[in-house]
Amino acid sequence: MNDHLILRVVGKFLIPYVMLFGLYVQFHGDFGPGGGFQAGAIFACGFVIHTLLFGSRSTEQIVSIGFLRVISALGVLVYAGVGVASLLLGGEFLNYNVLAADPITGQHIGIIVVEFGVGLTVASTITLLLMIFAERGLPS
Amino acid sequence: MMLAHLIDIFLLVFLAVISVALLRIKDLLTAVMIFGIYSLTSASLFMVLAAADVAFTEAAVGAGISIILMLATLAITGREEKIVERKFKLLPLIIVSITGATLLYGIRDLPPFGVASNPAQVHVAPRYIEQSAVETDIPNIVTSVLASYRGFDTLGEVVVIFTAGIGVALLIGRRRRLLTAKEASRHE
Amino acid sequence: MSGLGIWNYVIFIFLMMAGLYMMISSSNLIKKIIGLNVFQTSVFFMYISFGYVEGGAGPVLTEGVTLYTNPLPHVLILTAIVVGVATTAVGLALTIRIKESFGSIEEDDLHKMDPSI
Repeated sequence: MNDHLILRVVGKFLIPYVMLFGLYVQFHGDFGPGGGFQAGAIFACGFVIHTLLFGSRSTEQIVSIGFLRVISALGVLVYAGVGVASLLLGGEFLNYNVLAADPITGQHIGIIVVEFGVGLTVASTITLLLMIFAERGLPS
Repeated sequence: MMLAHLIDIFLLVFLAVISVALLRIKDLLTAVMIFGIYSLTSASLFMVLAAADVAFTEAAVGAGISIILMLATLAITGREEKIVERKFKLLPLIIVSITGATLLYGIRDLPPFGVASNPAQVHVAPRYIEQSAVETDIPNIVTSVLASYRGFDTLGEVVVIFTAGIGVALLIGRRRRLLTAKEASRHE
Repeated sequence: MSGLGIWNYVIFIFLMMAGLYMMISSSNLIKKIIGLNVFQTSVFFMYISFGYVEGGAGPVLTEGVTLYTNPLPHVLILTAIVVGVATTAVGLALTIRIKESFGSIEEDDLHKMDPSI
């Protein structure tokens, strides 16, 4: 896709806004529609646009497949880690009430951290899937 | 409210038409593109049914990501479905008709659409709607149910997604490395 | 009452059967995966419809609103959609492997090559 100049310029312009919107959906998910799953998918769409426009080789220079694997595992770890933290603080697994002195604050902290873990896993796994599929299609 | 119902029925009929088109199309690239339209229409339908979060996800994931993945697969496997001159397949039609008739018989007993006193609306949902503000102080009930009340469930889903990522990486992610290793040994 | 009754459920059944027919009758594996997705979406519609309340607002707490739609189906389907794309990806990856090993993704050809599958 070397000759699609307009697509490339517009796409380059679009990618930061797509990612910014992903972050908005992630952190505004408590108050409006949104949350980790949607935010992860939207954030990954930024990488999708980049791969479509510039090829998977140049996307891999930004985020390598190994890095994505680590991040996708990290998201699950963050989620489960909140559960273990609440266990250690004397509550049940994933009982956020004990995370802070005040149950409401605990719930806030727990939900935001957990959603962040979900977002990490979803975004990195979707990007990982895309990169693997795109790499497989390249003539080797 | 009449208008919402009209849009609802219009979108559903549109989806039915798209599904018939999907059945008949032989060119796989066109089929995938039409499936994209199907996903986008279903996102609109979720919006009409007041499920903004779901519409969000479907628009990003269904109409965006799965289409891209299917296109990437088509780039490898080729876009033409093999045209087979075969006689009309009767058995699938019979199976589908019997299953459909059974389900149609079953839905006669379902509660009518949109009534506030349906069984689904009187069990745990009022508890979530009333207590979510008190217990978690988060306005979006979907988020509080997803992350707090049903945290175990969501943890499981996240693990499923992670596992799917690992599965795909194991299935098709390693060829280049193996090939280069083999080539290296051959050159040595 | 001007409700739809159960008529939109009939269309869900139609979509479900269209997906099922696509899965059973088409010989191409990618077509089967599309059929699987159509089937899956019809189940999503059904869940979301069960949670819909006439005149209910979306489940985000707002001042002065008392009637909300049921948040529980939204939660279930929200996660199911993302899990659905993950499983679709695994299916597509298997398709690619089959293409590379057998040179075809048509079920008829695969049957001819290997009668045991």
